[in-house]
Amino acid sequence: MSVVVEAQNLQKNYNGFPAVAGIDFKIQKGQCFGILGPNGAGKTTVVAMIYCFHPVSGGKLTVFGNDVNDDPRTIKKRLGVVPQENNLDLELSVRENLLIYAGYYGIKRDVAEKRARELLYFFGLSAKADQEVDKISGGMKRRLTIARGLIHTPDLLILDEPTTGLDPQSRRLIWEHLRQLKKNGLTLILTTHYLEEASQLCDDLIIMDKGVILDEGKPGDLIKKQVGTKVVEVDLEPAQKSALINSMDSLISGYQLAESTIYLFIPEDETKVMKALNNSNFAHTYQVRPANLEDVFLKLTGRGLSYEEDAGYESSSYAKTL
Amino acid sequence: MKAAATPKLYRWASYYSPVNRWALKVFTRNLFVFRKTWTTNLAFNIVEPLLYLAALGAGLGMLVEDVEGMSYTQFIAPGIVATSAMWAAAAECSYDSFVRMYYQKIYHAIVATPINLQEVVAGELLYGTFKSVLSGTVITGVIAVLGLVPSPWALLIPAVLVLNGMAFSQLAMIWTGIVPKIDNFAYFFTLIITPMFLFSGVFFPLDVLPGILQQLAWLMPLYHIVVLLRSLTLGLVSIDLVFHVLWLLVFILIIFPLPQYLMHRRLIK
Repeated sequence: MSVVVEAQNLQKNYNGFPAVAGIDFKIQKGQCFGILGPNGAGKTTVVAMIYCFHPVSGGKLTVFGNDVNDDPRTIKKRLGVVPQENNLDLELSVRENLLIYAGYYGIKRDVAEKRARELLYFFGLSAKADQEVDKISGGMKRRLTIARGLIHTPDLLILDEPTTGLDPQSRRLIWEHLRQLKKNGLTLILTTHYLEEASQLCDDLIIMDKGVILDEGKPGDLIKKQVGTKVVEVDLEPAQKSALINSMDSLISGYQLAESTIYLFIPEDETKVMKALNNSNFAHTYQVRPANLEDVFLKLTGRGLSYEEDAGYESSSYAKTL
Repeated sequence: MKAAATPKLYRWASYYSPVNRWALKVFTRNLFVFRKTWTTNLAFNIVEPLLYLAALGAGLGMLVEDVEGMSYTQFIAPGIVATSAMWAAAAECSYDSFVRMYYQKIYHAIVATPINLQEVVAGELLYGTFKSVLSGTVITGVIAVLGLVPSPWALLIPAVLVLNGMAFSQLAMIWTGIVPKIDNFAYFFTLIITPMFLFSGVFFPLDVLPGILQQLAWLMPLYHIVVLLRSLTLGLVSIDLVFHVLWLLVFILIIFPLPQYLMHRRLIK
């Protein structure tokens, strides 16, 4: 496998604030590489450096073997970008959006028309080809933006929060399309704060927070390594927490507190924990579920992925993303 | 000394290189959108100057004796061409460019392709110039039909309008690179465009003004445009006109790096 993107001690400062504080990663050809983290983690900054928008402040970043400082044009010819905010030409039709974008790459008109037709078909937009972009739904705009990023048949597609703000149905439809693109051998980079999106699509991912990588690996491995296989969520009086943890200590691999819920991380078998809970005299309800990436993130940072500094949550609180 | 001077010169020269085929693609994009919206777009640009011509020429002109040996309508007609072309470029590269840059994020969409930001700015300037030349030329045609363009030298007017369009596209784009909000363009129009509109010799010969104001007019690009357009319209052509052309060329070349620099500072962090 060949390396498509490589970052070594990659840094980005905005007026002295370290948005990306020295990270290393490698993205292999044909991979779907995820960058998971909450808002403000530095995800968008990382991908914007890859597509040569933001200059690198320190370290080294190569894309297709070229340093991003040296020849952005060569790199940009080979990659497609789907930005966080749709930036389509609102005055133009769906088809015209693709044709105009093809023009930026110097693609001949007849080739562009053919490619546009294929992409509209693939993304289920053929019927809307002549509609003004202003008049199509949010999910369709998103699909069109992805189609636009593919108009020049790139070797790498960068998607910055591709499904943020979409309803669940549109989100799933986009996942399906991305899965097919991956199957066709396209390399994908995806930033997201949806744990389900990351676990559904990514072969490999980095978990970022405050400009640094907290951990990296395959989604399944990360969960197993950091949490285990199952999580037991227990609701109980805050005063009883320490007593409960003490009694469970030998059975769990870790735990996380969040207001009136405690998350017990189970390495393999949950039956002993359940038995212990049933026999104990704590007044509570509990449920068992498979461990997921949100638990990994919670364990690594002590807060959830949808946590926002501005929202005024307590630092121990945690709102579930899905 | 020489080793230090060369890269500096190179950097300076690199501000002019974005006028290239990539910039042309940005221009083409805007032209494509214009093809869908030109009816409303152009109508405004043409109706307004004709209203000025009607109100001032036929109305105010009745109260005014001949100016420099010609009717008042004849006197102001070339200036109306110049000012409407100025407004077209200034509006395109201020409000319209700001909407594309700030609200529609079109610049962001384009710089993700092989085109860079400097070329986006150059393409926008070319398009502002195009709009300016187009509306100025159409109005020249209209006043010609009204019998206000006696000389065939007027065929050179579109060439002067290119200088006009470039100068005002750049001035507007400088503000687009600076203003925090779209409302702030009011300063640009009130402090720069409107004074030029009123004091560049469009509505009265500048020699009626106190000396100091006459000299200030010399600093305004529109003054030189008005002199050129009036001379070409009337066929009063002399070698002096070359000086006004040179003034405009130097002005355009000197400020050319500024819009690129400011836009880069604004968008690329």
